[in-house]
Amino acid sequence: MPKISFFKNKAREVRKLLLTAAFKGRSAHIGSALSTVDVIVALYFGILNINPKKPKDPKRDIFILSKGHGCLGLYATLALKAYFSKNILLKYFKDGTTLAGHPVLNAQPGIESSTGSLGHGFPTAVGLAYGFKKQKRLNRVVTMISDGECDEGATWEAALAAPNFKLNNLTLVVDYNKIQSFGTVKEVMDLEPLVKKWQDFGWNVIEINGHDFRQILAAFKRAKAHKSGPTAIIAHTIKGKGVSFMENTLEWHYFNLDEAKLSKALAEL
Amino acid sequence: MRKTFVKTLIEEAKQDRDIFLITGDLGFMALEEFRDVLPNQYLNAGVSEQNMLGMAAGLALSGKKVYVYSIIPFATMRPFEYVKDDICYQNLNVKIVGVGAGFSYSLYGSTHHALEDISIMRSLPNMTVVCPGDPLEVKFATKASVKHKGPMYLRLGKAGEPVVNPRLKNFKIGKAVIVQNGKDATIIATSNLLQNAVEAGKLLKEQGVDCGVISMHTIKPIDQSAIIEAAKETKAIVTLEEHSVIGGLGSAVAEILAENNLKVKFKRLGVPDEYPHVIGSQRYLREKYGLSPQQVAQTIRNVISKRN
Repeated sequence: MPKISFFKNKAREVRKLLLTAAFKGRSAHIGSALSTVDVIVALYFGILNINPKKPKDPKRDIFILSKGHGCLGLYATLALKAYFSKNILLKYFKDGTTLAGHPVLNAQPGIESSTGSLGHGFPTAVGLAYGFKKQKRLNRVVTMISDGECDEGATWEAALAAPNFKLNNLTLVVDYNKIQSFGTVKEVMDLEPLVKKWQDFGWNVIEINGHDFRQILAAFKRAKAHKSGPTAIIAHTIKGKGVSFMENTLEWHYFNLDEAKLSKALAEL
Repeated sequence: MRKTFVKTLIEEAKQDRDIFLITGDLGFMALEEFRDVLPNQYLNAGVSEQNMLGMAAGLALSGKKVYVYSIIPFATMRPFEYVKDDICYQNLNVKIVGVGAGFSYSLYGSTHHALEDISIMRSLPNMTVVCPGDPLEVKFATKASVKHKGPMYLRLGKAGEPVVNPRLKNFKIGKAVIVQNGKDATIIATSNLLQNAVEAGKLLKEQGVDCGVISMHTIKPIDQSAIIEAAKETKAIVTLEEHSVIGGLGSAVAEILAENNLKVKFKRLGVPDEYPHVIGSQRYLREKYGLSPQQVAQTIRNVISKRN
């Protein structure tokens, strides 16, 4: 396993790429992407069994970004891993692109599922994990949902299903950045006690700081070691993490970057 | 359109305290005023569309005139069975307000495109389907929706659409608006493509083609007599919608033409039966599918010049 400083550097590069792509495409959902970066970087640079040169390797682990609106974090990570070129990334959200504001299966190598409507990627991940188990394959499945996504009924249908099927090859991450699309989680639809909810549904639950690589890496290792069922990692994160004027704001779910704000943001990283 | 809807609903809701708005956690830079001015007539139900539509039915049963607000796929498709069983089957006073007609959220991908909504909403008994063509029609339709008893689907664009037909005075649900008459062809347009229909009409006029434009803002119940009249008085009917060619305005008009044995040249313009792989802005996708004013005008010239 590489050193923590290695992951920190990769996360910085991903955030820079992500912001540049968001600026060029004038897209929204920047804050929602920034909160996911550290977990996604840990996955792609340290946890998942993947090979960007063989994106369809039948033995690969699969990551499904159920909170599809945070796609920029995934796209930038995939570009840094050379699944596709940075030039393709920088066409994101522009006329003639295949990189939409939500991931589309096979739009580029490494994108494993079409998501964007909340509550879809997680059930798909449950089905994949179930399918791998039935075929006695060793692939592991990781999915990430948002806190707002915990409002969706389908999320809890999948939450009920995965422990019933004893899917120990499935790990779920809740990107708990505390702000959903029209208010804070607390004011719109309070989720607390969230850890207890997942425990009561039968999950092995690990609560971490989603920006601390030591905790992130350790959590995924513990998830793999847990043999009796699926693991849910409740990752406390900060919406807009890394850019002071975006952190903990609702606005940066929607706002676009202009040149001055991009320079200011890049200078902070 | 979105801003006009919210502004009009606020005016109405100040007068009628039974009006109640539920959002599915959407409405940034749109619903803040309603929320702050009328807090007792407002609820953010979270990202829980099925529960939201179920609650809307309950609120209607409690005596409220309920408006449910979300992006179209989340307002109509995610909770479709709740719309059918709880709202239409029970014939309750719930208005479903969907924003983002057609490719309004173009770059967000097919999860956010609204190309099947007219088709599925008009298949439900008791449902009225209204798709205003510009902000003025939105204003009239919103006012009319308050007086209308029963389920209604109101399909809105996004923000920034221009007023296309400023002369509009008499707006009635179920009664098409004749924007302009023409004897060579008639474009029957709906929702956010009314503007392109009017622009195509202008281009055709310059090219010597006399083309009428009808705004079919109500898809159900559809204005049969307007369609029959247009078919009798012009040589070709072309429907125009930012929606799948399957099941929407074009299908509704074709049903009327076929069942009335009207022999007229006919063409449906809309989005073909596919998910676009390469995407772009709303303008980009309209051009990809032949829906720009220039392309519409060209298609109409081709339809007219084709021999029977």
